[in-house]
Formats: sequence, structure tokens, C-alpha cells
Amino acid sequence: MLYFSKLRIVSILLISLFFIILASSNLFKFKSSLLDKKINLGLDLQGGSYLLLEIDNTPVIEQKLQNLTTTLRNYFKDKNIKIKNLKLLDQKISFSVDENYKQTILDEFNNQESDFNPYYPRFKSHQLDLIEENDIFFVSYSDQGLIKLKTSSQDQALEIVRRRIDEIGTNEPNILKRGNDRILVELPGLDDPMRIKSLLGKTANLTFRFVTNNQEDSFGTEKLKYEDNSDEAIVSKRIILSGDNLLDAQPRMNSETNETVVSFTLDRVGAKRFGKATSTGIGKQLAIVLDGKIISAPVIRDTIASGSGQISGGFTFQSATDLALLLRSGALPAPLNIIEERTVGPDLGQDSINAGMIALAIGFLLVILFIFIKYKIFGLITNITLIINLFLLIGILTIFEATLTLPGIAGIILTVGMAVDANVLIFERIKEELKNEKNNLIAFDSGYTKSRTAILDANITTLLAAIILFFMGSGPIKGFSLTLGIGIFTTLFSVYFIARLLTVLYVSKNKEKEGLI
Amino acid sequence: MIAFNKYYDKFNILSITLVIVSLFLLTFKGLNFGIDFKGGTLIELRSSDNKINVSSLRENLNTMNLGDVSVKNFGNELDFLIKFENNSNKNIINEIKINLDKSFGNQFDFRRVENVGPKVSAELLKSGIIAISVALVLMLIYIWIRFEWQFSLGAILALFHDVIVTLGLFSLLGLEINLSIIAAVLTIVGYSMNDTVVIFDRVRENLRKYSDIKIYELTNISINETLSRTLITSVTTLLALLSIFFFGGEILKGFSLAMIFGVVFGTYSSIYIANTVLVRLKVSQRTILKEDEKN
Repeated sequence: MLYFSKLRIVSILLISLFFIILASSNLFKFKSSLLDKKINLGLDLQGGSYLLLEIDNTPVIEQKLQNLTTTLRNYFKDKNIKIKNLKLLDQKISFSVDENYKQTILDEFNNQESDFNPYYPRFKSHQLDLIEENDIFFVSYSDQGLIKLKTSSQDQALEIVRRRIDEIGTNEPNILKRGNDRILVELPGLDDPMRIKSLLGKTANLTFRFVTNNQEDSFGTEKLKYEDNSDEAIVSKRIILSGDNLLDAQPRMNSETNETVVSFTLDRVGAKRFGKATSTGIGKQLAIVLDGKIISAPVIRDTIASGSGQISGGFTFQSATDLALLLRSGALPAPLNIIEERTVGPDLGQDSINAGMIALAIGFLLVILFIFIKYKIFGLITNITLIINLFLLIGILTIFEATLTLPGIAGIILTVGMAVDANVLIFERIKEELKNEKNNLIAFDSGYTKSRTAILDANITTLLAAIILFFMGSGPIKGFSLTLGIGIFTTLFSVYFIARLLTVLYVSKNKEKEGLI
Repeated sequence: MIAFNKYYDKFNILSITLVIVSLFLLTFKGLNFGIDFKGGTLIELRSSDNKINVSSLRENLNTMNLGDVSVKNFGNELDFLIKFENNSNKNIINEIKINLDKSFGNQFDFRRVENVGPKVSAELLKSGIIAISVALVLMLIYIWIRFEWQFSLGAILALFHDVIVTLGLFSLLGLEINLSIIAAVLTIVGYSMNDTVVIFDRVRENLRKYSDIKIYELTNISINETLSRTLITSVTTLLALLSIFFFGGEILKGFSLAMIFGVVFGTYSSIYIANTVLVRLKVSQRTILKEDEKN
């Protein structure tokens, strides 16, 4: 246990030196790209906002099923099968057919080449499930179909969320998928997430529709409220233009009315439709509807063929800017709800860093003092080990550019307290060995050997706890388990290589000395 | 040599009482779950006006129909912690801001805002419970591989004792249970196990060495032989934890307190629970030799 080859000594020293330099790269700037790494500070330390968004897929599912009822009716009409009592209720389509067509319906739904019911060979499942109960067929999304639908709306939503956040221009946002219906947004340095929250909370589904007094509009009508809840109007369900047709939108000052407006430019299809609608609808009111509320409903005075226009609606400059931003970045496929929010202001973050560092410094000093008083020269060795251990730990966090959180700092301090354990186990064992063994070298050697299982046990148990925390814990807790876990490895390295090396050097010079420890 | 074994019975009775009282508290008083596990909103405020106090702040917030609002000082006179249950109003934080500015003037800095929806809090609670259960099961498996069943039983009882009594103390003192407490409990599990295993290692070694010493004596010898290590490690760990508790800021207070309790209980239980199980199960050299033959 006590022998070290020259090569080994050199590599231990080099490794330690490497990590010391690496760890200090957090404080100083190095030119080399290998060393130009830094530990990231978690949101709780640098300040920022953590938002967990959940996609509410219910409207998407209902819309898709709504479309499907039309598809089914037409599809089977072409096959001369009459679908009766076609209804959509609780995300289920129900219908019935004549007895002799039942088999055809079953065959059509279970056909792997089916047009309206895609088959996923990988999952051996159709998009839709068909169940027959008391002569009534029920159609609903299969589990696999639902997953496909959710992931696709998650992909779209992620893109839109990213565009909206990029538009605002926060630095280094982190936007990640969670499960199949959640999106995690981390915004470092943002202490007031109000604006982003309100921007992400809007679906931004924009439509241009005629205001109608004619209740028998062939597309159907609906009563919608104005944005400021002041009034309501009956609006046709026929969509003249939607947000998809927009190429650009910008806040503008209308010089004539001195009002802030949002001006927009339409794509070619949109411009054509807009031109047609404005030419046939002169004198009519065109409602501009955003997320089911009317922003404004101006009267059409002239044909607009240029493909651009303005939306007015009593905006402030801020609200016009936000609306323009929402329109530019596109509509979300489904509404988003913020189901978890954690925001830390930058000064609290700084306070936490300061407190954490003070606690680390004081904890470190107390441990070092205690160990030195207890073990003298071997205490010194332990303390040198402890310092190098700290550098190793910070160095490894730096290499991986890991994220340091406040609980992470607690993990480092705890590592300082527990790292001593291995050395203590060894030294106490050596003390016992020295009672029966006069030869220092033999006593030290067997001390190291005999304490090994206990040290391994002690560290494996802590490691198990850290691993579980890492995989099950969320957010800041992950930071704690990370430092605790890495701390175990650096502790073992520093105890078995650095402390042992120093011990060997000292003992080989004092082979005969009594009461060494 | 300290005669730890003289007090085996007395401390066993004490521990059983503590566990029963803790279970009683956990059942009837329950735990004070924070917003992580209960859902709701937490706001940390710093006021720049020392005339504003908890009651004036509470009075003001009570006009806002927030339901059950709790207002407390947080660490010092100028910092406040406000908590209330889940609110359907998405804009609530902004409205509180406006309301406070209106009543007190622009005196508040919103240092921290946390809002956990009911779905997320239920998930966090579930994953917390799973994490602790998985940790206990893994420790069980580990110890089962490493030792004979009598030792495993002792270690596991000690572990349960530490977790239950720590949580019981949190219930008694009404301290908040949040995500970081789960981290603390898991670390306690690791620490308690570690402590027990070190003593057990020595017990097993001594069982092989001495065939004529009864387990009652033998555990005492082993405890004494490892005592200075047990104490030194506990002291250094406690030094680190105390410095987190006193200097690490308000946010880490609960975490470090739970760990401090845990380290104290963990040290105590490895001596007075884990070992007494060996004594009561009449472990002898034969227990170990039988196991050795099998291998």
C-alpha cells in the first residue's frame, strides 16, 4: 500500500496542478480555450426565471375530431354508406349505421392503408380506436394517436415559444421539452418575467371575419366580446384571413390620428383574399379577432389591394409592440399554462452567492482547525488533501461547465465535512496498529489496508443517495446531488493518492520515531 | 473504555418512545408542507422602509382575497416571506405589486417569486416519496449483500429510526418541508448508513478474532474502538453544517437544520439501535462462520 513509483508521483502532481489551474480559471481569464471554461451559475444564484409551461391539448383534440366528423361523413357518403346520429361528445365521435354496413365500417377503420385512420407500424397501432357498443360506434384517439398528436403540438409550440423569447432578446434562454406536453423555459438574468409570461400566455390566434347581423350565415355565427369587454358583436365563422397569412407586423404611429397601431403585411394569398373581401364588403364591418376577442371592427371604406393594412384598437406603444411581436412569431397550436414559476432577483442571487461563500470559508476553516489540533502533522496532511480535494471538485465542475446552485454550494461544504472521514478512518486504524507493531512502515501499511472496506462502504452509501437524488430530484436539488456525488470521487482520489503520498514521504523519513500519530 | 452497553435497554426504550411519538405527530399533526408539495405562491420581499411590519403587510394583503395568507419576517426585519394558496388569477403577482405600491409607496423589492401549480406539487411530492423509498430499498439491498441478515436488520432499523425521528421533529416544530428537505433526508440516509457500516465492519472483524467474548461485550468493544472516528467525523460534518446554518443564508436554514438533526440521530442510532439489534438477536461467531462457509 505504501509504494509509489516515480511515474505515479509525477502524474498525481500533474493531475492536481491541472485541476488547480482549471478551478482558478473561474476567477482569472485564461487565453487557452481548454482552460477558458467556467462553472455556470444556476438561476437561484445569478437571478432569473424558471417557467414550466403545459400545453392544453384539449382544443386541438376537439378541433381535429370536429374535422374528422366531416371527413367521415363525406368518406362514407362516397361509398354509399349513410352515417346516422354523428355526434362529438367528450372527445369521442359516436355514430351508427345500418346492420349490413357494420363490417365495412370495421374493415375501413382497421385497414392499415386507411386514409383517415393512419397506421403506425412501429407501435402496431392506429391513430384512432373504434369501439362498438349497443349498435353505436365510438371513435376516439388511441394512446399512440394521442402521443403523436401531443408531440407534434409540443414541437410546434416549442418553435413558437422560442421565436417569441428570441424576439424579446433575453440572453441565453434555455428552452427544453419536458414529457410530451410540457416546455421548460429558463431565462437567466430576468428578474421580472411579467412581460414574457403574458406573451407566452397568449395563443395569438388572429382572424379577420365579417361582422354580421344575418343570423343565417351559411358558415354559422358566434357572439364575441370586445377586448376591453365593453361591447359584443355577432361575427361570422367564415375566416377571411388568419395569422398564417401575415408576413410581418410592426408597431407604428399613425400620423393622422396620432394613435399607435400595428401595421401588417400579407403574403400573396392573403393579399388576394384581403383585396377580394374588401372590394365585395365595402360598408361592412371587418372584425379583427384575437384569441376569441374582438380587437376592433373597422368599417371597410375602400378596396385594399396592396396587401398591407393597420390594426387599431386603443393600443399603448407597449401593447402594440407586444401584439406585433405575437403576430410575427405566429400562433401557438394550443394554449399554454404556466404550471410552475420560480423567479429569483439578481440581488438575492448575489446575496446567496456571498452567504454560500462565507459559509464555505468558515466551514472550511473550522474543519481545518479542528483536524490540525486533533492530528498535528497528519492533520496538516489531511488539510492539504482537503484543499486539493476542493480544487479537484471545482475543477471537475468547471470541465463539465456544470451548473452550480445554492444547494450545490451546500453540497460542497458538506463534502468538506465528510471528506475528512476517510483520512480519519485510516489514521485511527494506524493508531490501533501502532499499539502492537513497532515498525512504523508496517503499521501504516496495514492501517491503510484494513480501513479500506469501511471507507468504500461509507462512500458507496453516500454515492447511492446522491445518484438517486440526481435522477429523481428536480432543479436546484440536482445541483446538490451533483456536487455531493463528484465530491465522493475527488475525496477518494485525494485520500488514496495525495494524502497517502504525503504520508508515505513523511513516514519513510521517520521510520523509527515513536508516537508518530 | 466507555460502557455503552450498560444503557442499551434504556436508550432502546427512549428510541421506541421517540419513534412512537414521531409517528403519532406525523399522523395527527402532520407535516408543514411548503408550496413545493402543497402548491401555491411564495413571494420574498425586501422593504426599504423599516416602518412596514408583518401586521401592516398582512392587513394590506388581506384586502386582496388571497385566501389563507401567511406573512412572516425572513431572516431580518426588512425581509418578508408571503405565502398563499393557489390562485386562479394568473396576474396575481402583478396585482399584488400594484396594490403594495399604492398603499406603501414604491418600497418593495420582489426578491423571489415561486408559484407551483397543484399538478406540479402533486408530482413533486410523489417523486420525493419515491426518491426516499428507492434510497431505502437500495440501502437495504446494499447492506443485504454486504452483511448477514441480523446486521441488515439492525442497519435498516437505525435508518428508519433516523428518518422517522427527524421528520417527527420537523412536525413537532412545525418546520417547513420542501424540496431541499428531501435532499437532506436522503443525505441523512446515506450518512446514517455509513456510520452504522463502519461500526458493523468492526463488530464482524472482532467476531472473527474473539470466539469467547459475548456479543454484549463485543459490540461495546467495537463501538469504543471506532468511537474516535465516529466522533471526529460527526464533529467535522456538524462544523460544516453549522456554518451553513449560521452563514449560508435563510434559504439553506431548513436544509442544514434537517441535516444537523439527522447527523446527531445518525450517530446515536448506529451506537444504540444498530448494535442492540445484534445483541438481541444473539449474534455470535457462528453467525459469521456459517455465512463464510456458504461463500
